[in-house]
Amino acid sequence: MCLAIPGEVLAVEEDRATVDVGGVEQEVRLDTLSEDVAEGDYLLVHTGFAIQKLSSEEAEETLSLFDELIETNKQLEEEREV
Amino acid sequence: MKFKFKDRDRAEKLVRIINQKVPDRRIKIVHVCGTHEVAITENGLRSLLPDQIDIREGPGCPVCVTPTSDLDAALQLAESGAIVTAFGDMMNVPGTAKSLKELKSEGADVRLVYSVSEAIKTAKNTDKQVVFFSVGFETTTPMTAAVLKDDPPENFSILPSNKLIPPAMESLLELPDNRIDGFIAPGHVSTIIGVEPYEKLAEDYEVPIAIGGFEPLDVLYALALIINQIAEGEPKAENGYRRAVNYEGNEKSKELINEVFDVTDSIWRGIGTIPDSGLTLNKEYERWNARERFEIDPKEGVETPPNCLCPQVITARATPGECDLFREKCTPDSPYGPCMVGEEAMCNIWYRYGGRPKL
Repeated sequence: MCLAIPGEVLAVEEDRATVDVGGVEQEVRLDTLSEDVAEGDYLLVHTGFAIQKLSSEEAEETLSLFDELIETNKQLEEEREV
Repeated sequence: MKFKFKDRDRAEKLVRIINQKVPDRRIKIVHVCGTHEVAITENGLRSLLPDQIDIREGPGCPVCVTPTSDLDAALQLAESGAIVTAFGDMMNVPGTAKSLKELKSEGADVRLVYSVSEAIKTAKNTDKQVVFFSVGFETTTPMTAAVLKDDPPENFSILPSNKLIPPAMESLLELPDNRIDGFIAPGHVSTIIGVEPYEKLAEDYEVPIAIGGFEPLDVLYALALIINQIAEGEPKAENGYRRAVNYEGNEKSKELINEVFDVTDSIWRGIGTIPDSGLTLNKEYERWNARERFEIDPKEGVETPPNCLCPQVITARATPGECDLFREKCTPDSPYGPCMVGEEAMCNIWYRYGGRPKL
């Protein structure tokens, strides 16, 4: 039930945005969000409401965190082998 | 925005970390979200993990934990002539006598909605009373609060049955026969509430917690964080889903919940009453409460049919396979217990994907 899907903002009008969610245009309410929203932003959408603004930097950061954990572990392993 | 959260190479590396660090004893890790169970089961993640890791779904499905008395209240409202609007999965859950879907087939006006906004639209287009069956966790509650603050039509009301996840996690930790070695915290509940509520749990109960997203790599990363914490002996709350979860959470949504709802004790089907685990409308918004507006008097119903293991399944003390009724008397087409009803319920998911494969 807590399913939320990312979508790209196509247009904003007051507290509502038109969002492309997986190829389907959807009207999304923005009154559950503190941040301002502009065309081109990515939103996490839950039952027609935005719950989070997503940024590609954060997505990249998540991947680099995965790699960081992998890398730290590898170093530890190498140290153990030495 | 295309990112590889299903990348095989990274998955293998994360699994290797888990394998290297996992202690040589049974490790029970509980998540509290139907979407996590789908991600884990659909992608066969259990088959990638060492045998001693046992992942269970806790009370992470609003459909399973909504008490019979709330369902009976919704049924009474529909029988009395109101239009009752509800999320899809709620339609099939058996109340004491029947489900909303069965009542609809008898002619009651019960309508499936995907959002509380649709319930508002329904109310604007009719003179009849329209009740929204407001179930769900912290992710779903801000939407109900938003429409109530946005001048709803006079013929609209809600049947509040909203619940809070951290007290439910705590109730599982309080069960004496329920050793839990770690929690994967639900990603989108955490988008709203942030990291802080889990820090207190991790500290009070010395239990590792990692917030996880819903792609296979997100789940493996959260598991790796938990196993790492177990290996290091340093239980804490970590955020493994930073692209969707801030430390503070969604301030606006939290504010909406606080402005419209009061925290109250709440009955969880199959668990019982958990203190301060539910939400009801506060004094200012009481007039939108269907319980106040209509005369309904549901009795406390039978929460679990005889021999159904749902109470053990939603408290992470049993798997669906341990239930004699699973796949036999209890199937998604003909659910016997609440854990078979929703698409996010563990029995339903294991039925659809075939349970844990032994490779």
